[in-house]
Amino acid sequence: MSATIVSLPDQSTARVPKVNYLTKENGLLSWLLTGDHKRIAILYLISLSFFFFIGGALAGLIRLELLTPQTDLMATDTYNKVFTMHGVIMVFFFLVPSVPATLGNFLIPLMIGAKDLALPKINLLSWYLYMAGGLLALYTMMTGGVDTGWTFTTPLSTHYVNTSVLTTGLAVFVAGFSSIFTGLNFIVTIHKMRAPGMTWFRLPLFVWAHYAASILMVLATPVVAIAIVLVALERTIGIGVFDPTKGGDPILFQHLFWFYSHPAVYIMILPGMGVISETISTFSRKRVFGYTAVAFSSVAIAVFGFFVWAHHMFIMGISNYAVLVFSLLTMLVAVPSAIKIFNWTFTLYKGSITFETPMLYTFGFMGLFTIGGLTGVFLGTSGTDIHLTETYFIVAHFHFVMVGGMLMAFLAGIHFWWPKMTGRMYPEKISQLAAVVTFIGFNFTFFPQFILGTLGMPRRYASYPPEFQILNVFSTAGASILGVGYLLPVLYLTWSLKYGAVAGNNPWQATGLEWQIQSPPLTENFTETPIMDHEAYDYEWLENQNKENRNKERQKEKEVTSAG
Amino acid sequence: MPDSPAIAHGAPEAAHHEHPPYLRHHFENVEQQADAAGFAMWLFLLTEVMFFGGLFTAYLIYRNWYYRAFVSGSHQLNVYWGTLNTLVLIISSFTMAMGVWCAETRRKSGLVLCLILTFILGLGFLGIKSIEYSEKIEKHHVPGLHYSLQSFLDPDSDAAAKAAGDKPLPLDLARHTEVYFSLYFLMTGMHALHMIIGIGILGFMILRARAGAYTAGHVTFVENFGLYWHFVDIIWIYLFALLYLISRH
Repeated sequence: MSATIVSLPDQSTARVPKVNYLTKENGLLSWLLTGDHKRIAILYLISLSFFFFIGGALAGLIRLELLTPQTDLMATDTYNKVFTMHGVIMVFFFLVPSVPATLGNFLIPLMIGAKDLALPKINLLSWYLYMAGGLLALYTMMTGGVDTGWTFTTPLSTHYVNTSVLTTGLAVFVAGFSSIFTGLNFIVTIHKMRAPGMTWFRLPLFVWAHYAASILMVLATPVVAIAIVLVALERTIGIGVFDPTKGGDPILFQHLFWFYSHPAVYIMILPGMGVISETISTFSRKRVFGYTAVAFSSVAIAVFGFFVWAHHMFIMGISNYAVLVFSLLTMLVAVPSAIKIFNWTFTLYKGSITFETPMLYTFGFMGLFTIGGLTGVFLGTSGTDIHLTETYFIVAHFHFVMVGGMLMAFLAGIHFWWPKMTGRMYPEKISQLAAVVTFIGFNFTFFPQFILGTLGMPRRYASYPPEFQILNVFSTAGASILGVGYLLPVLYLTWSLKYGAVAGNNPWQATGLEWQIQSPPLTENFTETPIMDHEAYDYEWLENQNKENRNKERQKEKEVTSAG
Repeated sequence: MPDSPAIAHGAPEAAHHEHPPYLRHHFENVEQQADAAGFAMWLFLLTEVMFFGGLFTAYLIYRNWYYRAFVSGSHQLNVYWGTLNTLVLIISSFTMAMGVWCAETRRKSGLVLCLILTFILGLGFLGIKSIEYSEKIEKHHVPGLHYSLQSFLDPDSDAAAKAAGDKPLPLDLARHTEVYFSLYFLMTGMHALHMIIGIGILGFMILRARAGAYTAGHVTFVENFGLYWHFVDIIWIYLFALLYLISRH
């Protein structure tokens, strides 16, 4: 491995600044009533991790059940509930809010040179809505659960199941508003709160990616909200919008649901792509290649993302012409994603690459997301989709995108900004190990599922023919490795809060505004409004700044000695 | 040492003493604050458009599929009550707009009067709506277990259907009227819910306005509520045309 770029202050004298956003006020109430975007981000981080581990435990149960061909660990309806709750919790309570609500909340104001998000109270409200939704979902899970799959497909959800569709629907509805408020807040902040000189094309690509994701949150989430209201009313009162016996059409539910839930995939992945742009530039010491193209590709994903939803419905009875059009549009949405991957790769070209943990996760992201994205093209092709849909191929595909892509990006981001959030470094060696373990565990878990899918193993069943067992054993074994990979960061990150090396302002020598202030930042972020006088990712500017500061310090020392 | 506040700084904010009390700490000035709040409100209304958009989509599809059932269904609505309600809402939009103007020009009593008038007109709308709803309940036109097809299978037995000259619908088409009434109750119900929330906020605003909160230069809240109120009115105008006037063009 090449030399590291980490530059820490002298550990014998360095201290984490006494006054910062963590120490400004004390007590539980100062956290629960805070308007500070950084504290709300921490609240989100803790609660998100909690829900992630519940969702992860459910995934563990699924893999254990699938270790053997028979249904032996749990009854089939319990299995249905377990995979449903795994999906609901992971999608609505982890993936959708993951990067935006934690890193986005923490960093967007810092990156654009603002003191806070435009609407701090709405920001806090969004966390409370998230918690209300999440706890309601947990309560539902403990008092009976729901077994419709996370897609709430009608008429199954409206007429045939006796499980808690209503409370789960309400939980998702409430969490949806949390997501709407987060997106709305980001858009207003990015438009109205940028520091002087921070033009649109000087914004870090992280901000662009969040801007695009926010558009999706604001426009798509209300549609799933109304779809859930309709399901609830159909189930309780018996209105006839989706009920074929009264003239309603269940396909309409599919359209409304996927009009949100496909863009939701981009709500999940775009912020992750923002993280990757930051890490890849910092650890190659180069401006992101094709900045403008990467920025606009985020917006293009957001726009195209709205016109591909029906590719979830190729076998559900939509017309052949619709299949044709949506198939073509699905291919098109792969283009902006490919633009990003190519530009990141070109950023690496002739860069001074170092392999700190965030960069390892970044490489993991690029490999796994590419596989996830390309298999998406297989599925967007209607001919292969008819064979592969509803098999484990689909499961493997979206886990490569969501877990291999998004979760890798989330971990890359958490490690990258951990020094900024806490003022301390995570331990490098063990975290590199965790990154590698995660990558290996992930591939062991999900790659066999591609093969299972092409062989025809259907998803959502607790049992399977015995000839599929070997691959399933591989997958379950991989899941246990993956579990270790996710537990490690919790342990060493918690350890580092007290024992980690003092990070100083800018351990990575990164160029973003957030790295030019103390870590952890002050509650008001900047003591004086910063003025942005250079482009994003300008490493020469950073070097000149460092030189100037060294000269200033030397001069000061001289003055002191001459005065003495 | 590379650790340093290495960034060009602007002039430190000099004008601390000139800040009005309602300027939140994280904004540079009042214009930025008002701008941000207004922009946020427009975005929120956009989410509302998408929310109702799902219902309008459903309406569009089913109206095309079951046009005759939708016509017969709409003949069961009372156009006079509907028109009156449209008028009530348009007048309330006017009083609300006057309220915003009063706040901007710092006329406290004018503002209170306008808000109270808007409040009363809003309640009036809901009153008329409840008369309409009770007619539907009496005729068993609420979708669900007790839904009755009587008015559509045998229009002569129903005064409203007879007056409109409806012909009897075949059974399968008659059953599709339930889709019409599902959408009618959903759309008007969602609209009424927005009215109720609006009236609640109006009540709160009347109390604050009497204490002089909006006539000291800080009118953002009144302006943004005005936007919300007009938005809810516009939704009604669409609903009125789409639900009441299907066959009257």
